[in-house]
Amino acid sequence: MPARRGGTALRVGVATLWLSVIVLLPLAAIVWQSAKGGWSAFFSAVTSPSAVDSFRVTLTISAAVTVINMVFGLLVAWVLVRDDFPGKRLVDAVIDLPFALPTIVASVVLLALYGPSSPVGVHLQHTPYGVGAALLFVTLPFVVRAVQPVLLEVDQEAEQAAASLGAGNRIIFTRIILPALTPALLSGAGLAFSRAIGEFGSVVLIGGAVPGKTEVSSQWIRTLIENDDRTGAAAISIVLLAISFVVLFILRTLGSRTAKREELDR
Amino acid sequence: MTLSPLWRLIARYAALAYIGVLVLVPVALILWRSFAPGLGEFYANISTPAAISALHLSLLVVAIVVPLNVLFGVPTALVLARNHFRGKGVLQAVIDLPFAVSPVIVGVALILLWGSAGAFGFVQNHFGLRIIFGLPGIVLASIFVTLPFVIREVEPVLHEIGTDQEEAAATLGSTWWQTFWRITLPSIRWGLTYGAVLTVARTLGEYGAVIMVSSNLPGTSQTLTLLVSDRYNRGAGYGAYAVSTLLMTVAVIVLVVQVVLDVRRRRT
Repeated sequence: MPARRGGTALRVGVATLWLSVIVLLPLAAIVWQSAKGGWSAFFSAVTSPSAVDSFRVTLTISAAVTVINMVFGLLVAWVLVRDDFPGKRLVDAVIDLPFALPTIVASVVLLALYGPSSPVGVHLQHTPYGVGAALLFVTLPFVVRAVQPVLLEVDQEAEQAAASLGAGNRIIFTRIILPALTPALLSGAGLAFSRAIGEFGSVVLIGGAVPGKTEVSSQWIRTLIENDDRTGAAAISIVLLAISFVVLFILRTLGSRTAKREELDR
Repeated sequence: MTLSPLWRLIARYAALAYIGVLVLVPVALILWRSFAPGLGEFYANISTPAAISALHLSLLVVAIVVPLNVLFGVPTALVLARNHFRGKGVLQAVIDLPFAVSPVIVGVALILLWGSAGAFGFVQNHFGLRIIFGLPGIVLASIFVTLPFVIREVEPVLHEIGTDQEEAAATLGSTWWQTFWRITLPSIRWGLTYGAVLTVARTLGEYGAVIMVSSNLPGTSQTLTLLVSDRYNRGAGYGAYAVSTLLMTVAVIVLVVQVVLDVRRRRT
């Protein structure tokens, strides 16, 4: 489209205004609320026993979920790319279901199988395992969808060359395939972790907010808002946002550094 | 790397078993439980006054959120794809922010900004327009969480089609507006459609951000997702299953649209 100087400035302005009103100003309000309370209020909110318990529960379960995601995400991606069986396309489409499904429906769906009325007698409601299952459900697509395209592109000639030189499957996997997949694997894991620590809808019915056991930080934030403790809610929100940004940033940096080293090696 | 047939089968069935116990079996169980008592029972549960009003509210929110996202998303995508300006990187980062923010934090943010004690509290206090615990709050929460969809689906298409046709149209004397309607819009229509479909699905399905800013009263301020949790908490398991199945249908439609559009894109 013909570039018009005035037009560009106007459109940039409108886009910026829209993003500010919808996204930036509300987030700034959290920082503002927290700053108004002062450093001591922030510190006492994030170090209160309930807050610390909720952080511990959230981070432990999310870390475990992320590790399981990396293992099974890699396995699922592998099977979808390298294996062939009837119904593969259907399985491929099902991977996206957790993204398309409302989180509260995910909660109800998992409770049908793993709740009090479970037909197989597995009862995970109000246990950390139930929270873990809910988080595994909603984060399933991240690692799979990050690894899949990279696995498709992996140089199979290098694998064949290694095999012809006598390398076994383990050597080929750890020396050729895994290094190529690491950046994608890490970025998928980072997205999954960041989603897991903020998750609310899928956890709320299955977890039941048992303090110190299943109550995650997002549920603690909701409790604080219901008790009209805005400064406390703002403080916990800032901690969660900071953790999620730091994790995403570190994993992205690691990912791009590995990618660069790969480039240099070639 | 070629696996022996045995390991190949083990890998395949391990992956299928994982997806099975995590996704397929629970979903199938919900469907079975929803329809086992018969279609009449299912229909009765999704047509109670509370359910009808929740459906109306959810559709009303969709009817407000989707046009706004298209109206602001397409120009934003155009600016990002076609213009260079200072601060573009920052703008790009801000657009992806909603994906990294917990829905509950979205709710907190809106309460702190628009609530009666917030910086924009004057809207409620002086003009009497209830934002938090009213319809505008639900709309603002839904726009926040769906903001990236239209932009992120349209922008890559704009990059891909380039500017050749648009420039040709311009040299032939077409105005900016004509070029947009005749050249740009037709070429982004599938990306825009998919972005809008994702927006509809996410708006209908949003729970965390909406429950924070809604008064959650059955029959007046309950969306479909709030109705699901309310019914489950009141022990009406079957009612929750029925509405969940309704919402699941929307999710399946999204997946079908995705597959269809993928095939279409590959063909062109």
